[in-house]
Amino acid sequence: MPRDGCNAPAPQSAALRGWLGTTNKMQILGLYNYWIFIVLMMCGFYVVISRGNLVKKLVGLNIFQTSVFILYISMGKIIGGTAPILTGTATVYSNPLPHVLILTAIVVGIATTALGLALVVRIHEAYGTIEEDEIHAQSEDEAL
Amino acid sequence: MVTALAVIRLRDLFAVVMLFGIYSLLSASLFVVLDAVDVAFTEASVGAGVATVFMLGTLALTTSREKTPAAHKPLLPLLAVLVTGAALIYGTFDIPHYGDPGNPIHQHVAPRYLEDSAEEIGIPNVVSSVLASYRGYDTLGEVTVVFTAAIGVLLLIGDARRRRSEDRSRPDHEEDA
Repeated sequence: MPRDGCNAPAPQSAALRGWLGTTNKMQILGLYNYWIFIVLMMCGFYVVISRGNLVKKLVGLNIFQTSVFILYISMGKIIGGTAPILTGTATVYSNPLPHVLILTAIVVGIATTALGLALVVRIHEAYGTIEEDEIHAQSEDEAL
Repeated sequence: MVTALAVIRLRDLFAVVMLFGIYSLLSASLFVVLDAVDVAFTEASVGAGVATVFMLGTLALTTSREKTPAAHKPLLPLLAVLVTGAALIYGTFDIPHYGDPGNPIHQHVAPRYLEDSAEEIGIPNVVSSVLASYRGYDTLGEVTVVFTAAIGVLLLIGDARRRRSEDRSRPDHEEDA
C-alpha cells in the first residue's frame, strides 16, 4: 500500500501535495479515524476553555482524554487482524502495545478525575459555588 | 460524537454526566470494533461506571445546575479550537494510514511480543502478559499514581468533612450537607 511522502526529505509538504493532487478514496478513508479523533478532541478542548462550570470542565477534559485513547487504539489496529489473544487459529493480530498503554492511561485518568472532583467539592465548600467567574469575583473581593 | 456535542450545549449537569456515561460506553464499543477488547472492558467499567458515579457524587455534594454565563464570549475559544483543529488535521496528512500492517508502529517490539510471549510468559492474552510482565514497571507506576490520588482525595474531602462538623456555628455553607 502506498504511503507517499513518508520517506521524502520534506515529508509535510510532499504528503500534502500528494494528497491534494490525487485525492484518491483510499487516502481519505485511511485518515478518517484520525479526523474523528480530532473533532472529539476539539469538542473536549472547547468545553474546557469556554465553560466556567468546574464539573463541566472535568467532563470536557475526559472527552479530550478519550479522544487520545481512540487515536492510540486506531494506530494499533490492522485491517483483517483480530484481538491479540493467541488462539492458534488467527494469523494476524492487532498491535497489543497501544492497548497496554491505554489500559494504564484509563486508570490514571480516572485517578486524576477523582482528584479533580474532590478539589471541586472542596472549592464548593470554601466558596459556595462551582462557577469560575463567581470564584474569581469572590477572591478579588477578599483581596481588596 | 453526537453525545459529545450535546455535552457542550446542555446546562443541566445531571444530564451532562449521564451523557458522558453513554459516551464512554459508545467509545468502549468502538474499542471492541478496533480489536482492543481489554481496553473496552476497562473503559466500560471505569469510564462509564466509576467515573459516572464519582461525578454524580460530586453533583450531590455541590449543585447540579450550571449557571448561564453572562459575560462569556464564545468567539475566542471557538477561534482557538478551530486553529488547533486545523493544525492537527494538517498534521494527519503525514500519519501512516489506518489499518496498514506495514506501519512503523507494527515493526518494532510488537511482533516479538506476539511471537514469543506464549513461550516466555505462558498466557494466551498478549495484552495481559505485556501489562504484567514486559511492562510491569509501568503498572507499578500506575498503582503509585492511583495511590497518590487516593491519598489526595482523602486529604481533601476527609479533612473538609471534619472541619465542617467543627464550625457548625457558621451558617453560610450549610446547604450542601
